[in-house]
Amino acid sequence: MIRNPYRTQNIAFFFLLLATLLIVIPVGLIVVIIIQKGLPAISWQFLSDIPRQGMRAGGIFPAILGTIYLVAGAIIFALPIGLLAAIYLSEYSRDNLLTRIIKLAIVNLAGVPSVVYGLFGLALFVVFLKFGASILSGSLTLGIMILPIIITTSREALESVPQSFREVSLSLGASRWQTIRHIVLPNAIPGILTGTILGLGRAAGETAPILFTVAAFYLPQLPKSLFDQAMALPYHLYVISTQVPNVDEKIRYGTALVLLVLVLFMNLVAIVIRYKFRKKKKW
Amino acid sequence: MVIFSIKELNIWFGSVYALKHLTMDIQANEILSVIGPSNSGKTTFLRMLNRLNDLNQNFKMSGNIKFEQSDIRDMDTELLRKKVGMVFALPLPLPLSIFDNVAYGVRMHGLKNKNSTSRIVEEALKEAYLWDEVKDRLNESAFKLSGGQQQRLCIARTLAVQPQVILFDEPCSGLDPISTAKVEDAMVKLKQKYTIILVTNNVKQAARVGDRTAFFLGGELIELDKTDKIFTVPQDKRTDGYIRGKFG
Repeated sequence: MIRNPYRTQNIAFFFLLLATLLIVIPVGLIVVIIIQKGLPAISWQFLSDIPRQGMRAGGIFPAILGTIYLVAGAIIFALPIGLLAAIYLSEYSRDNLLTRIIKLAIVNLAGVPSVVYGLFGLALFVVFLKFGASILSGSLTLGIMILPIIITTSREALESVPQSFREVSLSLGASRWQTIRHIVLPNAIPGILTGTILGLGRAAGETAPILFTVAAFYLPQLPKSLFDQAMALPYHLYVISTQVPNVDEKIRYGTALVLLVLVLFMNLVAIVIRYKFRKKKKW
Repeated sequence: MVIFSIKELNIWFGSVYALKHLTMDIQANEILSVIGPSNSGKTTFLRMLNRLNDLNQNFKMSGNIKFEQSDIRDMDTELLRKKVGMVFALPLPLPLSIFDNVAYGVRMHGLKNKNSTSRIVEEALKEAYLWDEVKDRLNESAFKLSGGQQQRLCIARTLAVQPQVILFDEPCSGLDPISTAKVEDAMVKLKQKYTIILVTNNVKQAARVGDRTAFFLGGELIELDKTDKIFTVPQDKRTDGYIRGKFG
């Protein structure tokens, strides 16, 4: 019997397509179900009010605000350090054993479970540095968690700037720093921003790192300083889903929807920046 | 007057022995053509003169190179590169406007004054025979220019920092014959003010513009003499073979 090569190909294509669909379907279902069940809860009151009746009614404003504070704090801490480290690794460091170990460590850091970051934050910031359970501790913990993402994407962005631009700039008598400042960085900024925003999305969605370091079970007033505890969306969702009995399903899915929209919106911004950059790319 | 004096120079990249026992002088205000097949060490030689080889972390050298009597390794690298400009094989505009490309070097060296910057840009573009073609669109992206215009822009950019020496690394390899002729014209006229070292794969180009011609093979300088002599009565069989197109 002669085997038809096209049939083999068709079978292979079928399985490839199937695998792809299997990835897309769960994502689609999650989004659809959360929107379907959460949308009825969304109202101005839900977004702007504090939780009432033991979190069974009212809104989630303190949790939204807390998440925004935490994310902002994390980025203020992680972006400068991550960017500087990336510049050092991509522009200055020589390729030797030490820098290879550092790069490997950064990659591994990205794979550490988030609950481990939470414990680390508890030990270092809350207990040892005596920041207590506070926005500061939580921001720093989240910042450390997203550092590897920021360093890795920033390094990729810097390294994607053609080497020839650096040579041209140096050959004109510019110093290395001038070359980085005027040629490399401006052309890497979109990539760096993309990575930063992806890091933000990750920081906004994580529960474990904030569990021990900042998150309040229930806090009727808004945080007033860096050393206050705060509510945060992921933890609030966990609390009303498992710790408080008889919470209306609507409110739980509504909270999930707000969190999902926040994270997806950040990812969308990252995609738009990347898309615009690709279109504008001149070489 | 000798501008570059090279003594017993050896260069390695890791385990690759790229340039062997090179000893030669380069005269001020000459056009020195450097010819030879690929991997003969021409570009390594050129990038040695402005220390661009230093960017390769496997780079090692022995021997010494003097630029106007001072060892280039004792000189400030930025100052050396300011005095020894370079035009690369491919037109490589920076991702900036035409004006900013030409102004880049002087701005990096601290020039802030807008009027003198404009004057320098205009002079450099005129010297590279590009001014008339771009004077009305100086703020457009340099990538909108044609290949030949881009290469002349790169020449203007190099001239703007007022170097003494210009290194050309196969500057016409990506250009059509008409653009090539324009670039060659520019080079011959530049000779009065600058020392030019031209690495080229195009033997005819070496013959057209060079005062002296150096032939490299396998990392060694085989022959260096007046261009007429190299092309009429070469002393070495290998030089003869190469310029007649027998190998390479």
